[in-house]
Amino acid sequence: MEKITEFKNIITDSYAYCRKYKEETGKKIVGYTCSYTPEEIIYAAGALPFRLFGTNEGIHLADANLQSYCCSLVRGILEEGLSGRLDFLDGAVFPHTCDSFQRLSDIWRINVAHKFHLDIVLPVKLNTASARQYMIDILEKFKKDLEHALSVKITDAMLSDTIKTYNQIRALMRKLYAIRAQRTEIISGRDFHSIIKAAMIMDRPLFLKTLGEVIAQIEKAPGGEIKSDAKRIVLAGSICSHPDIYDIIENAGGVVVWDDLCTGSRYFDGVLDEKASPLAAIAQRYLDRPICPAKHAGLTDRGENIVRIVRESKADGIVFLLLKFCDPHAFDYPYIKEMLDKENIPCMLLDMEEQLPAAGQLQTRFETFIQIL
Amino acid sequence: MKKQILEFLKTILIFSFGKFKKFTLRFKKTKTMKDMMIVYYSEAKSARLTGKKVAWITSGGPVEPLLAMGIIPVYPENYGAMIGASKMGGGLCEKAEAMGYSSDLCSYARADIACATINGGPLQGLPKPDMLVCCNNICGTVLKWYEVQARYFNVPLFILDTPICHTEYTPEIAKYVRSQFDEYFAFLESACKRKFNYDRLNEVLLRSFQTQVLWQEILDTTTNKPSPMTAFDAFFHMALIVTLRGTPEVIDYYTALLATMKERVTRGIGAVPNEKYRLLWDNIPIWHRMKWLSQKFASQSACLVADTYTSAWCGTLKYVSGDNPIDSLAEVYTRIYLNIGVDEMAKMIIAMIDKYDVDGLVLHSNRSCKPYSFGQLDIQRIVEQERGIPCLMIEADMADERSFSESQISTRIDAFMEIIKEREETSKK
Repeated sequence: MEKITEFKNIITDSYAYCRKYKEETGKKIVGYTCSYTPEEIIYAAGALPFRLFGTNEGIHLADANLQSYCCSLVRGILEEGLSGRLDFLDGAVFPHTCDSFQRLSDIWRINVAHKFHLDIVLPVKLNTASARQYMIDILEKFKKDLEHALSVKITDAMLSDTIKTYNQIRALMRKLYAIRAQRTEIISGRDFHSIIKAAMIMDRPLFLKTLGEVIAQIEKAPGGEIKSDAKRIVLAGSICSHPDIYDIIENAGGVVVWDDLCTGSRYFDGVLDEKASPLAAIAQRYLDRPICPAKHAGLTDRGENIVRIVRESKADGIVFLLLKFCDPHAFDYPYIKEMLDKENIPCMLLDMEEQLPAAGQLQTRFETFIQIL
Repeated sequence: MKKQILEFLKTILIFSFGKFKKFTLRFKKTKTMKDMMIVYYSEAKSARLTGKKVAWITSGGPVEPLLAMGIIPVYPENYGAMIGASKMGGGLCEKAEAMGYSSDLCSYARADIACATINGGPLQGLPKPDMLVCCNNICGTVLKWYEVQARYFNVPLFILDTPICHTEYTPEIAKYVRSQFDEYFAFLESACKRKFNYDRLNEVLLRSFQTQVLWQEILDTTTNKPSPMTAFDAFFHMALIVTLRGTPEVIDYYTALLATMKERVTRGIGAVPNEKYRLLWDNIPIWHRMKWLSQKFASQSACLVADTYTSAWCGTLKYVSGDNPIDSLAEVYTRIYLNIGVDEMAKMIIAMIDKYDVDGLVLHSNRSCKPYSFGQLDIQRIVEQERGIPCLMIEADMADERSFSESQISTRIDAFMEIIKEREETSKK
C-alpha cells in the first residue's frame, strides 16, 4: 500500500507540509480546533483548514497561561501556538465547545499573533428550533467574518462545490470504515489512524483523490479478513492522538473496528444536503450528527448512539479514552457505563494524560480486558 | 409505608416550624440571614404539602420567571457553598467518585450528585425538583450536571443557552437568547399547567433590579476607608441576592444592611481593626476556609474590600433599559462577568482596583471552576503591567477541603503581605 505512505509522510511532519503547500500554492492556511469547525466555509474561501492537534511532548510555555488542571489537549495546542511553530498559519478559528476551549480562545487572542482570530460561538443545545436558526445565523456571521479576514467573496456556488467535495470525502471515509470493520488485516490500525489525521490536514481534493486510490487498491487486494479469534473493539472519547494504542490493542489480541471520536467517526458522520442552501445544509449536519458531550441533544442520545455503534460494528467491547481534566466526557462516563452494563457490553476506562502509560503496562491492561470478552 | 408516614410527619413539622418562624418574624424589626434562610428552606422542603412546585436553578439563571409563577427556586450551587462551609465536601465528593465521577470534576456538582442519592448533607438534602432550569452563562459544567440530575429525578430540563461574548454581544446572540426566554415562559406554563403571568414577571423584575441596585450600593460602601465590611461579609450576605432577588423580603433585608454599613462609615468603624492594606479577591470563595482566611488577612491589617464574585449579581444592571424589562433580560443574563472574554474581565478587575483603591490582588485558582480560573494567569500579568500592584495566586478548591494545603498557603500569604508592606514603605519615602 504505497499510497498510504503519502498520508504517513504528511502527518509525520505536517508543519513542513503546510509550509511547502503555502509556498507552492500561495494559499492561506487556517488553524482550527475541533470537528464543529465549518471547514467547508474555510475551504470555499480558498484557504486550507488545518486541524490543531497540539503536542504530547514537553509542555512548558503554556504553563505561563494555563494551570495544571487543564487538559493536555488544550495545553498542547496553546504550547504549539506560543512556540512559534505554527507561524505558517494566517489565522485560527475557535468553535465553542467546552469551558477549557472557550478560555483557550481568549488566551490565544491575547498571546498568539496571527493575522486573524475568529470565534464561532455555536449553540450548546442542538435540539430546538431557535438553536437551529441561531446555528444558521452564526454560520452566516462566520462566513462574513472570514470574507473580511481573507479579503474574499464566498459565493453560494463556491460553497456548493466544496460541499460536494466534503460529501465525497466523508462517504469514502465511511466506506473505508465499513471495509475495515470486515477486513481489519488489510490495513493496520496505525495506518488507519494516519489516514484519518491526514483528512484534517491535507489539501482536500488531493486527499480525496489519494483516498480513492487507496480504496481501489484495497478492493482489488484479496483477503485481510479479521482473524477469527481477534476481539472487536470500539474506541470512544474526544481525540486519540496516540497511534500506539492501535498497535497495543492489536498485540493484545484485539482490533479497533469502529469509534466514537472527534478525530474519527464524529468527523465523518452525516451528509450535507446538496439541494438545501449551503449554510442551512452545514447547520443541519451539526444538528443531526452524533454529538460531542459538550453539546446537548437530549438526555441519553450519546449513550444510545454508542450502544448502536457497538451493535452495528458487532463489537465485543468498548474502550473509553478519557483525557484527564476533560469535564464533558467525565460527566457522561457513569451513565454510559450503566447503559452498556445493562446491554451486557463490556467496557474499559483508560485515563489518558499527556503521555500514555508505559507500553508494557498498557498491553497487560488491554490483554486482561480482551480476555474477558 | 412506615417510612412514608415518618417522612410525611417530618414534612408537617418542617412546614409548621417555617410558618411559625415567618409569623414571629413579622414582629422582628431586623431579620437575620439565618431567619430568612430557615423560612426559605422550610417552605421549599414542605412544597409537597402546600402544592407548590420546586425548580432547581443554576446560580446565574433567571429566577424571576419562577417567582412570577409561584415556583420555589432552589439552588444546588448555594447548597454546594453550604456543603463546603460545613466541611462536608470531601466526604460527599468521595461518594460521587465511588459512583464513577472523576475527582477532577466540579466539587459542587460532585457533592450535589452524591447528596441527591442519600438524603444526606446539610438540611438532610435539598427538596426534590419538579423541574430543572439550567443557564450556561456561568459554565458548561452546569449543563452536564443538570443532565445527570434530569436523568436521576426524571423531571423536565430547560436549558437557557447564553453564548459567550468573547469580544462582543452580537445581534445573533441577542435574537437567540430573546427567543429562548419565550421558550422558557412556555416551559413554565406547561410545567405548571397555567398561563404565564407577565404582569407578575414585570413586578418581580422591577424588584429584582431594585435589589441589584441596593446590593451594588452595599458593595460600594467598601470604597470608604476604613471599609465597613470585607469580602467575607459579602460572601455571607450574598445568599439572598442569588436565591431570592425579586422578593420584597430581600429588599427589606438589604435596605437594613445598607443602613448598617452607612452607619458604620459615618462612625468610622472598620471591619478590620487598623485597616492598613486593601485587597481585591478573585474567584469563588474557599468556603471551607473562610474563617481561617479572614483571620489570616485581618491579622496583617489587610482587608479584602471587594471581589469579582459577589459583584457578578449586579454587574449587568447597565444593560437594563426601556419600559419593558422583559426585553432587557437577554442582555442582562448573557453579558455577566463569567460569560465574557478574559481581556474584558481584566479590564473590569482594573476598574475595581481603581474604584476600591486596592493595594494587591488575591486570585483563587479554583480547581473546580475552569471558566473562572483559566485566564487568571493572563489577568495577573495584565494587572501587574497596568497597575503594578502585587498579585498572589493560591490554588485550592471552593468546596472540596481535601485539596487545601494550609501551611503552604499561609507561607505564601505572609510573603505576599511582606511585598505589599515593603511597597507601602518605599512609596512613603
